[in-house]
Amino acid sequence: MSGAVTITADSVPRLPRGVKLQFDKTRDNWVMQAPERLFVPDPIALEVIKRCDGTANVAAIIDDLARTFNAERAVIERDVSALLQDLANKGVMTA
Amino acid sequence: MTAPEPPLAILAELTHRCPLQCPYCSNPVELERARGELDTETWCRVIREAAELGALQIHISGGEPTARKDLEEIVAAASQAGLYSNLITSAVLLTEARVVALAEAGLDHVQISFQDSKAAGADRIAGYKGGHEKKLEAARWVRRAELPLTLNLVVHRQNLDHLQELFDMAVAMDAHRIEIAHVQYYGWAYENRAALLPSRAQLDRATEVVEAMREKLKGRMAIDYVVPDYYARRPKACMGGWARRFLNISPAGKVLPCHAAETITGMAFDSVLERPLADIWRNSEAFERFRGTDWMPEPCRSCERKEIDWGGCRCQAFAITGEAANTDPACELSPHHQVLLDLAGAESGTATPDFVYRNYRNIPEAPKSATPVVTDRTPAE
Repeated sequence: MSGAVTITADSVPRLPRGVKLQFDKTRDNWVMQAPERLFVPDPIALEVIKRCDGTANVAAIIDDLARTFNAERAVIERDVSALLQDLANKGVMTA
Repeated sequence: MTAPEPPLAILAELTHRCPLQCPYCSNPVELERARGELDTETWCRVIREAAELGALQIHISGGEPTARKDLEEIVAAASQAGLYSNLITSAVLLTEARVVALAEAGLDHVQISFQDSKAAGADRIAGYKGGHEKKLEAARWVRRAELPLTLNLVVHRQNLDHLQELFDMAVAMDAHRIEIAHVQYYGWAYENRAALLPSRAQLDRATEVVEAMREKLKGRMAIDYVVPDYYARRPKACMGGWARRFLNISPAGKVLPCHAAETITGMAFDSVLERPLADIWRNSEAFERFRGTDWMPEPCRSCERKEIDWGGCRCQAFAITGEAANTDPACELSPHHQVLLDLAGAESGTATPDFVYRNYRNIPEAPKSATPVVTDRTPAE
């Protein structure tokens, strides 16, 4: 791979080619699939991943989540940054 | 008994035809001919049935799946059915136009096999001149099409010492993932075990390389490496357990709990031409036979790990002990464990014989994989 991805507030995160988020109707949950990997995101991670559409930057995603869930921005910011970096380290998020 | 969980993935072996002749091929020694293969329409129907049943992934394999001219149609059917598609290929028949067409049909991931780090060794192992260079070129096409790439390495005595170079190759070709699998000794590999089994020292060095690379490539490349059975203390959960997560469809349409299940003689497998896939998954004799834990003998039956390793590999139990229902001899609790260790020790210490290449010419008259090792190792030997 071309190198580790670092996620910052300005990054515009998206799922790389070969990584897909889809609803599994048989098991009634969302799954994220990647080469030989399958993740079942928890409800919070799911809200974050759904917003990684390749248009919104991290700051905008955090704003949106803080507004939608009426939560403290600093808390959301910490959680979202950690989550996105973790997903990037696993190769299932890019920017 | 409650209804079984739906399968997670199907392995579609589109054909047994392959230009390569790797002497450890996991295909059965009685290879299916082209005329016996399922047609396009049937594959597309089966793919829809698999998705309906709950499968999320399709691994498209063979033989060499690109030997099928209708591969793009099959990939498109998988994509339309919502399956995550993974092409497992030797890549020597690919062209750049075809890689682009497959990407456009919705292919999600490509795995290319490499037999060694340099052309001379790789082409000799694969029994195909010029193959290594073609693979390197195909890997570039895959990355140019922005498809994620896995390097697929089957390792053994004759390439294990080149593992570091193979990692360097994976980095150079911008691969996302490397999968290192030791040869599994049934079928063709069983015929060639004396040429393939690595020494303990080779394995130890390989493990060191993998550990160093895991650290170095953290966050950049996924590394899947499994210790070979004969040096493990407990068996692997082969296929995640028989009939629990995977089903395999042979070129002729037989539905198997694993790709090697036909090496177990005396078992009957249903065909997608005769029975709906869901019915085969849920009710067929072959799938029910070793599903869950009710079939288990001791020492599995009372083992605390029985729902972790599911008794290990049925094919290996059959190949080594002559009885598929026995505990996998990879387990140190198996009464046959020593036979496996002796086999690994004895064969890895011998001089390296020539390969029996995997091709239609070398199909043995009777499937030798069905000959249990126990009777193979008579005092006369």
